[in-house]
Amino acid sequence: MKEAQLTVQSSVGLHARPATKFVGKAKEFASDIRITNLTRGGDPADAKSIIFVIKAAVANGHEILITADGPDEDAAVEALVDLVEHGLEG
Amino acid sequence: MSTTFTGIPASPGTVVGPIHLHAAVQHDFRRDQPDGPGPERDRLKLAVDDLRHRLEGRVDEVGDTASEIFAAHLMFLDDSAFQDPILAHIDTGGLSAEAAVERAGNDVAAEFEAIDDDYLAARAADIRDLRDQLISVLVGSDTDDLAQITEPSIIVAHDLTPSQTVSIPAGMALGFCTEVGSAVSHAAILARSMGVPAVVGLGSISVVSGQVAIVDGDEGIVIVDPGETEVKQARDAQAAIAERRRLAMEDAHFPAETLDGHLVEVVANVGSVDDAARAVAAGAEGIGLLRTEFLFLDRTDLPGEDEQTAVYKAIHDQFPTSPVVVRTLDVGGDKELPAIQIAPELNPFLGVRGLRLTLARPDIFHTQLRAILRGAAGRDAKIMFPMVASATEITAARAALDAAAASLDDEGLDRAREIEVGVMIEVPSAAVMADRLAGMVDFFSIGTNDLTQYTLAVDRTNEAVATLADALHPAVTRLIRTVVEAAHAEGKWVGVCGELAGDPLAAGLLIGLGVDELSMSPPAVPLVKEKIRSISREQSRSCARACLDATTPDEVRAILQAEVTNAD
Repeated sequence: MKEAQLTVQSSVGLHARPATKFVGKAKEFASDIRITNLTRGGDPADAKSIIFVIKAAVANGHEILITADGPDEDAAVEALVDLVEHGLEG
Repeated sequence: MSTTFTGIPASPGTVVGPIHLHAAVQHDFRRDQPDGPGPERDRLKLAVDDLRHRLEGRVDEVGDTASEIFAAHLMFLDDSAFQDPILAHIDTGGLSAEAAVERAGNDVAAEFEAIDDDYLAARAADIRDLRDQLISVLVGSDTDDLAQITEPSIIVAHDLTPSQTVSIPAGMALGFCTEVGSAVSHAAILARSMGVPAVVGLGSISVVSGQVAIVDGDEGIVIVDPGETEVKQARDAQAAIAERRRLAMEDAHFPAETLDGHLVEVVANVGSVDDAARAVAAGAEGIGLLRTEFLFLDRTDLPGEDEQTAVYKAIHDQFPTSPVVVRTLDVGGDKELPAIQIAPELNPFLGVRGLRLTLARPDIFHTQLRAILRGAAGRDAKIMFPMVASATEITAARAALDAAAASLDDEGLDRAREIEVGVMIEVPSAAVMADRLAGMVDFFSIGTNDLTQYTLAVDRTNEAVATLADALHPAVTRLIRTVVEAAHAEGKWVGVCGELAGDPLAAGLLIGLGVDELSMSPPAVPLVKEKIRSISREQSRSCARACLDATTPDEVRAILQAEVTNAD
């Protein structure tokens, strides 16, 4: 099990296109991946489901926890952190 | 006996036509499983495949904005958080496929709505739309009344989903009226993209199909069963405007010169690439106000630098040798954007608006300034900042502009070399201090709508006081005089880009006050030019003096109307 905690810096949070990108990236990995919105609270949600990710209601400035469990857990967390930090907009 | 309903103006224009009332269809279906869960699972799978195929087709056939809505439907359709509960309701709940879809759709929509967030509320509507589409496929019902319309009609509904709106055959929707919704709801967005009038948020309206209605999308009014005189008035008014416009259009491409040979620059307010083309056709001599908000509307992400650059370039290309004044993003107040989250404010008109917002969001500002400079590469750029209240804001905005230019130079990117910088005068403090601000800029553009509401302390979106927001108030006239005198003393030019500039009645007053440029919506250009050719500058000056001495807006209006009568 691998995890990382970080702050989302995206004008629309993890909504709309950024949410789609996030889910698309998560689906590239075999591991079970969860996202938790630490700022708003709530249970860990399936990062491969657009509905769950949108429901996490991650806004700009929210703190999130990403966890991955499976064969490619290290790569999965690294890739998602990189996406949230650098690749959500544009 | 006619009935008038008032709602929110959502898409401009006026139209008269028969009503088509869209009643939300309630599908009847069985809720049990006559042959066990297996056949229900098979039916569900076929229906999902069928709907996926249809949605993919729609993504391709409709415009950008609408296709994003269907792309979202597609993602939800295949999401495990939607499909897994449906399968569970079939496997262990003993429900038919239709009943399982209904329950799962309701649950997901309710979960979205339980979270206090506008974006999630809008997605709840998407889930319900998807739920209904899937049930329609399952019951084999494609008898949507909207798809069957054969006579051009005004569509009246409680609400319209995107999938319903695009199912209407081309040319059959004359206009839209909905009981719920806001100017940013799907129905409003789609009406604007189709170019038909729409009024939303009408509350409960009781009508039946076949009744005749007048939809006024500018005023937000719907008149049902109008009397013959009202229909005639609406049609006559439309025809009279069309005729006057046709006559004025004949001379639209000639300059606007007063009887005593004074040239006035008549330019257009433009809010899209299409608008720019309309402005050219209407005889506008350039763009006095390019509203850049359209790039940010109807979307939840921010437009990137390259995207903005391409649009600015396309608009500059419509006016290769004429001025194009680009205003930086002007939101806040009554203009909200889904892509930019602004904390709720008690007094949004006195809050983070216009330049205040872009100064607080350097990421947005820097990207836009770079894109404007790149979009005007090979020519000069004119950039204007909205909602300026003080000199320090101008200093900060100019510094941001310099930084954007320097960053482009560092990267070796092509940009406009000559840059003219202007500010909008909308806040009374800026008008009063215009003599101090004039030295800091190349031009002023007076936004009379906001200048009027701030000067008269009238919220123009508040119906109870909106009629008091009269731009012909002598207080506003006096501020315009102050601004023009301050600018001319420094050798700078002044434009007016509020509604007042497009009102032929006010042209004499503004020219008499010394305004150098009038910027208006494209359809007003030929009419204002025609008016300018009928007056002299000398006569306008004495008219302006009389208006400055007036006490009430009614006195000003009477003076201007007397001028018209004398001229005739």
